Amino acid sequence: MTDPGAFALLALLLPAASFLVLALVWPLRRSGRPAAWLSIVLAAGALASAIRAWTVAARGGFSLWAWPWIPMEAGPLTSVGVLADADSALMLVLVAGVSFLVQLYSLGYLSDEPPASLGRYYTYQALFAFSMMGLVLAPNFVQLFVCWELVGLCSYLLIGYWYQRPEAARAAVKAFWTTKAGDVGLLIGIVLLYRQAGTFEFLDLLLMVDSKALPLAGLGVITFCIYLGAVGKSAQFPLHVWLPDAMEGPTPVSALIHAATMVTAGVYLLVRTAWLFDQTPEVLEIVGWVGAFTALLAAVLACAQSDIKRVLAYSTVSQLGYMMAAIGAGFASAGFLHLLTHGVFKALLFLGAGAVIHAVGTNDIFAMGGLRRAMPQTFVVFLVGTLSLSGIPLFAGFFSKEEILAGVWVGGLPIPFVMLAIAAFLTAFYMFRVVFIAFFGEPASAPHGSHAGTHAHDAPATMGIPLWILAVLSVAVGVGFAVKHPEAEFEAPGFVTPLAIALALGGIALAWLTYERRLIDAERLSALVAPIRDAAAHRFYLDEAFVAIYRWVILGCSRLVGWVDRYLVDGVLNLLSAWTLDAGDRLRRIQSGQPQDYVYGVALGVLLLLIWFQWAS
Amino acid sequence: MGLSAYLTLAATLFAIGLFGVITRRNTIGILLGIELMLNAVNINLVAFARFNADPAGMIFTVFTICITVSEVALGLALVILIFRVRRTAIADHLDILRG
Repeated sequence: MTDPGAFALLALLLPAASFLVLALVWPLRRSGRPAAWLSIVLAAGALASAIRAWTVAARGGFSLWAWPWIPMEAGPLTSVGVLADADSALMLVLVAGVSFLVQLYSLGYLSDEPPASLGRYYTYQALFAFSMMGLVLAPNFVQLFVCWELVGLCSYLLIGYWYQRPEAARAAVKAFWTTKAGDVGLLIGIVLLYRQAGTFEFLDLLLMVDSKALPLAGLGVITFCIYLGAVGKSAQFPLHVWLPDAMEGPTPVSALIHAATMVTAGVYLLVRTAWLFDQTPEVLEIVGWVGAFTALLAAVLACAQSDIKRVLAYSTVSQLGYMMAAIGAGFASAGFLHLLTHGVFKALLFLGAGAVIHAVGTNDIFAMGGLRRAMPQTFVVFLVGTLSLSGIPLFAGFFSKEEILAGVWVGGLPIPFVMLAIAAFLTAFYMFRVVFIAFFGEPASAPHGSHAGTHAHDAPATMGIPLWILAVLSVAVGVGFAVKHPEAEFEAPGFVTPLAIALALGGIALAWLTYERRLIDAERLSALVAPIRDAAAHRFYLDEAFVAIYRWVILGCSRLVGWVDRYLVDGVLNLLSAWTLDAGDRLRRIQSGQPQDYVYGVALGVLLLLIWFQWAS
Repeated sequence: MGLSAYLTLAATLFAIGLFGVITRRNTIGILLGIELMLNAVNINLVAFARFNADPAGMIFTVFTICITVSEVALGLALVILIFRVRRTAIADHLDILRG
């Protein structure tokens, strides 16, 4: 078979099957490990068929399998199915791959969980894999939106996996509502687009754009609304606040959903509809500016964190900003490339951090220290991920990051370029800050209830194997790019490559001098930027701002509306019903229950009628 | 004697019957009043049949008499039942439909 659609469909249906089995056969789900293995085996099958689909699609294979959906008088409104081309098949491989590795890793990471909880976890994981693949392969906006909401649901369920902990439950609700705020924009955008174009299908829309049949008036509002959905999902400023809190979920979940796949759905959406956004350059400029600002803001915030997962979370926000900036500059392919490489090395970093947390029992980097000797394997893979993220040549992140920087410069956005360059410097700094504090130096004195330092040991095989696979992939992709440069769509100016390397090395050097050599006092360094540091410690007061908006604006409006409803609307209705009751009470006296009274009434009525007839004629 | 004499008789009879229905306190008296009103109608029918030379009115009257008989039988049965249940046949006491 040479049809990528068939393999893509198989990859989509395997996790769906495992979800259905686990959801319906509750003894299997409550048994824990067998449920986990079922999910892992089917995820491996999905990965195999995804790779097969990609090998066909990468050679130019293209396939649309769609079934009509929502029948109407004038034909079906939309369709469900798979649209397998080079981009979606590649993304499918990333999703299936990271999903499989994370499920395998979770088996070790969550080994202490009770069987019933473990089964629940794998049920959610299977549902997530299915919905994310459905999103990636969606041939139209409707299926995309349905899957978009499904992955949001899975994110909510998995952040709140330890729902007994109030922080986790709160974080889950926060993530759900914040992304939902953006989703409203996406839904409005889709409906408006349907009004304008009369179709949801990507291919039809693409044809309309190509033949200039799509009216451009008002298209900016539509693309901006669609972009709002991406702002929520891909944690762009100002809706990025949910992602750091989402770290309350288990670490493998953070790696899969909140680093590699779901949060990149917004970027993927913009890449997928890049031809639509190209029609509205003003919206693209907003995308670029917001992306660059998000990248810088999150990089600054990451420097002020002491929780290893929060550092990585802010770094994810920052890298998502990079991808958005590239799209905003008009080079969606550069953003997509960074999406893929970032998916690999950020999953690696999160899983590495998970191995550390699993061994040490705390998230606080200052409670770690000296882990290089205690966990040599974890140290190596984490270092590979860190070098990739910092953008060192021969590692995965270097080429894609450099291409984004060059693209933003060529795209004519000099100020965002400067922001991204500063963010690149900070990225190298904060990542190596974590590495030097956590892995070098002397073991910190263990806090209560944890076994830090020398007692830590490398992770078991189920956790180690995914780490090594991702580490090898990170290096292989980086070396592959160095050997065979993918063709860029533009001529990069010569100064970008040296600048990118210099920024990364500068960041590393600063971190080395500060946290390893201790030549620069960390306190003094932070005192230099005291206002920024203090603001960053409060996350730039964004949460407070949202709380204030909620408390004063939304609650105020609700109170006003509530008053109008209670006293005006309800008041009128209550008055009417009171009048009706009163009138009925008076009228019931007529009903005496005496048949003779009624006969008397009838006779009187007939008499009156007779008189009336006489008088009228 | 002209038609109007018969009609006057019928109207008078009807008015007496109606008066009885409205004023009698005893249920059986009310039934008697209804009979009087029905017979007033019968007189009308017969009179019109006679003066218009149309036998249809007479035929109607035969039917009416038959139906009146059964209606009286039914009415009396109801009165007896009501008396058994409520131990009274006075119309003023039968006011369970009062609003």
